[in-house]
Amino acid sequence: MNFELTKEQAMIQSAVREFAEAEIAPLAAQLDKESRFPIEVFQKMGKLGFLGLPIPEEYGGAGADNISYCLAVEEIGHACGGTGLSYEAHVSLACVPLLLYGTEAQKQTYLTPLASGEGIGSFGLTEPGAGSDAGGTRTTAVLDGDEWVINGNKIYITNGGYAKTVVLTAVTDKENRGISAFIVPTDTPGFSTSKPYDKMGMRASNTVELILENVRVPAENLLGPLNGGFKQFLSTLDGGRVAIAALAVGIARSAFETALGYAKQRHQFGQSISRFQAIQHKLANMAMHIDLARNAVFKAAWLKDQGKPYTLEASYAKLFASEMCTDTCNQAIQILGGNGYMKEYPVERHLRDAKLIEIGEGTSEIQRLVIARQLGC
Amino acid sequence: MDILVLLKQTFDTEERITVENGKVKEDGVRFVINPYDEYAVEEAIRLKEEHDGTVTILSIGPSRTEEAIRTALAMGADEAVLADDESLFGDEYTAAKVLAAMVKVRNYDLIIGGNQAVDDGSGQVAVRLAEELGIPHISTLTKLEINGTEVVGHRDAEGDVEVVTATLPVLVTAQQGLNEPRYPSLIGIRKAGKKPLTHVTAADLRLSPEDLTARTEIVETYLPKPKEAGRILQGEMNDQVKELVHSLTNVEKVVG
Repeated sequence: MNFELTKEQAMIQSAVREFAEAEIAPLAAQLDKESRFPIEVFQKMGKLGFLGLPIPEEYGGAGADNISYCLAVEEIGHACGGTGLSYEAHVSLACVPLLLYGTEAQKQTYLTPLASGEGIGSFGLTEPGAGSDAGGTRTTAVLDGDEWVINGNKIYITNGGYAKTVVLTAVTDKENRGISAFIVPTDTPGFSTSKPYDKMGMRASNTVELILENVRVPAENLLGPLNGGFKQFLSTLDGGRVAIAALAVGIARSAFETALGYAKQRHQFGQSISRFQAIQHKLANMAMHIDLARNAVFKAAWLKDQGKPYTLEASYAKLFASEMCTDTCNQAIQILGGNGYMKEYPVERHLRDAKLIEIGEGTSEIQRLVIARQLGC
Repeated sequence: MDILVLLKQTFDTEERITVENGKVKEDGVRFVINPYDEYAVEEAIRLKEEHDGTVTILSIGPSRTEEAIRTALAMGADEAVLADDESLFGDEYTAAKVLAAMVKVRNYDLIIGGNQAVDDGSGQVAVRLAEELGIPHISTLTKLEINGTEVVGHRDAEGDVEVVTATLPVLVTAQQGLNEPRYPSLIGIRKAGKKPLTHVTAADLRLSPEDLTARTEIVETYLPKPKEAGRILQGEMNDQVKELVHSLTNVEKVVG
């Protein structure tokens, strides 16, 4: 067993950290305030190979492993939660299903532009009647000659308003609840998006509703086997869970660093508040939880890199890291006291960003369900 | 165009320096490419992109220097040579001798170094190397243009600009403002691991003990005194001036 990063992983971590600290962190407060998606940051990240980090080189990616990718998500999330979420959704939810289930031609046509940073990808699963229960999907795809005609609405879709390509699910066999995945270029007639949602947190991330009215895509835009969509997105979400757990670690680390720095500076009763046991215990718990969550992320990512089953570990990581993140950000506000409640300090934003991770890509309740099922319950 | 870049790994300028047992403590310190050398790397890669050719990194330092070299390779340099044999470490005099021996076995049109290293800040090694090689040098460049074999360098001359022309081969050193170094791409990082990095020893370079004997000696290493609060002089202007002169000559002893 070896807990040391490889030289390459360490270099990727340090390169992403340097970029994120210089190019993203200074924007974070403003992006949150204005609810603005930093498209210019994504263009820069695209040129530097971030947007296809774990995608093989033959499809425009950098060909790095999942541990490297999780390190990158943590660093970007550390700089800005919303930017981290959009980055994670692009890679884990749009690029990865294309890589896993796409034909060679689909990969060349749709994955390469996303992985090489020419465009941003998006994943459309959630609907008004289908969240945790994907069986409630109402969007339909009907084969008409050599084209699929897609109709329906998708809600809460990350990156939807900026995406070049969307991977989405639609019912293809109503009687047997058969769901399939499709690749939809966003310039297809009939495809439109709503105004971005006004969200509690993750406000730098673009979230919209997708509206599909008689969207016609060629028959070959079916992704993976017909009626195989259910299995596909379950495995897509497994990979996403590891990465979004890394995002939680990044946000929590940011809140913790602010709290630690503040506790050392802030004087009450003639000494810095970091000398008080009440504050020390909070900081000790925060540091410990962040480290444990990161280890859970690394273990799940490592299993994935080794080609071993990691569904259970992905849920452990996602569940623990997301709840840990909310708790850590909450405690950070407590340490900063009145200042923590003010927008002048970043920790209230961290808490608002953190809460999403307990909901998106499988709620905490679903994670516990996945874990219980893996235990044979 | 074949370009050689002189690169030193130095402390991250944001690190806090601590002195222990008369030496700067290195434990847990983050090391980076000397910032002036990073301009040199960037300039070399830009020239390569414009004129074709190769960029080779030359470095002297302990094995940890590999990290800085890999970063330069990830930015776009082609290969690197590292003199990490401890018997090659000395002062500016020996560094120039070692680099000259490393340079003499290769073809080059241009050598670029940083104006100085941020750790010891001597600003000597690159220009000494030019002397060793018998080629001209232009130091502290804020702009470099190359047309054929004609070189035009804009020097930062204490706030003024001095325009100097030369003919290849030439050695130049980079000043802040020469360019904005790029971030290494993640694809670049993955490729950097496969680019050639050669290690050389004193035996490979055939240097004599004479060449490797430092001409300077570090007598003492200490931190500057912590800054103290200033003092505002009071009273008549004439008296203030007298007191100021007295303080500078006798108390602070900064005026002889």
